[in-house]
Amino acid sequence: MLTDEQIKRYARQIIMPEIGVKGQLKLLESSVLVVGAGGLGSPAIQYLAGAGVGRIGIVDGDEVDISNLQRQTIHAGNLGMNKAESAKTFVEKLNPDVKVDVYPFNLTPENAREIIRKYDVVLDCTDNFVARFLINDACVIEEVSFVHAAVLRFEGELMTIVPKESACYRCVFKHAPPPGTVPTCQEAGVVGATVGVLGTLQAIEAIKLLLGIGEPLVNRMLHVDLLTMDFTELKLRKDPECPVCSGRVKEIIPEKYVESCQL
Amino acid sequence: MITLDLRGEVCPFTFVKTKVKLEELKPGELLEVILDHEPAVRDVPRSVEAEGHEVLSVEKISDKEWRIVIRKR
Repeated sequence: MLTDEQIKRYARQIIMPEIGVKGQLKLLESSVLVVGAGGLGSPAIQYLAGAGVGRIGIVDGDEVDISNLQRQTIHAGNLGMNKAESAKTFVEKLNPDVKVDVYPFNLTPENAREIIRKYDVVLDCTDNFVARFLINDACVIEEVSFVHAAVLRFEGELMTIVPKESACYRCVFKHAPPPGTVPTCQEAGVVGATVGVLGTLQAIEAIKLLLGIGEPLVNRMLHVDLLTMDFTELKLRKDPECPVCSGRVKEIIPEKYVESCQL
Repeated sequence: MITLDLRGEVCPFTFVKTKVKLEELKPGELLEVILDHEPAVRDVPRSVEAEGHEVLSVEKISDKEWRIVIRKR
């Protein structure tokens, strides 16, 4: 049952036929893990918390730096604080219905599966290839759906993975590019609004997956160029030879999660 | 018949609260809604019908009060 306060808080969502009271109760009983409370994670956390996702896990080992605030707006006023802790203070102010699990350290091959299996959906809001492959492999092994996004300058990509059913990140990318060949946001720069768009799209995908509505971005990759406003969709296919999706790889082997991440 | 007194409520909460109450009822059950917010007298029946429920009557019961009867789909 929703309280009177919750009916007011979520009125705009309850009105919609796709959500209603049932959908709102479902969101309140759902959980999402956000890996990375940076540029992508900030807007994702903000809208998931606003929507009333009942439990949000936040993994981040970094501290808030002044160079983050150009895009990571939920950390306002929290310079020097751990980002997962800082994000929790934001969520608590926005919506007391949401319980936040703080993981003030990085996701590692040793802890990834144990953390991921506690959630209904995972958002990959990280900024490096090692973490992306780790999240992909751990989510596929644990059969937890996840939404990948990555951003650079004015561009971004988005892809939703439903393990066993859809193409996974490793079906598309076998291994990480050699170090130094792809610039990072630190080197190439990024506009805050660009990460805002992609992180917000991740939140929408999570809500769709949790409620079982609409058409999640599976077997597709969306590429956006916000400088030209070109939105391009690439069709993807599950690779029968994919070492993770095929079920051949059943464990996370820590030694594999360095540089190329080749399995 | 179950009565929902929404006097003092304005849009969109008139419809939201009607919708919440309808979700608690069994199909075919009737709901009586009392309103005193005039725009809701048009909006609530329209929104309720859009969700597939049947509006049986809308009547003015006093100077500033209306009564709507809905059958849950």
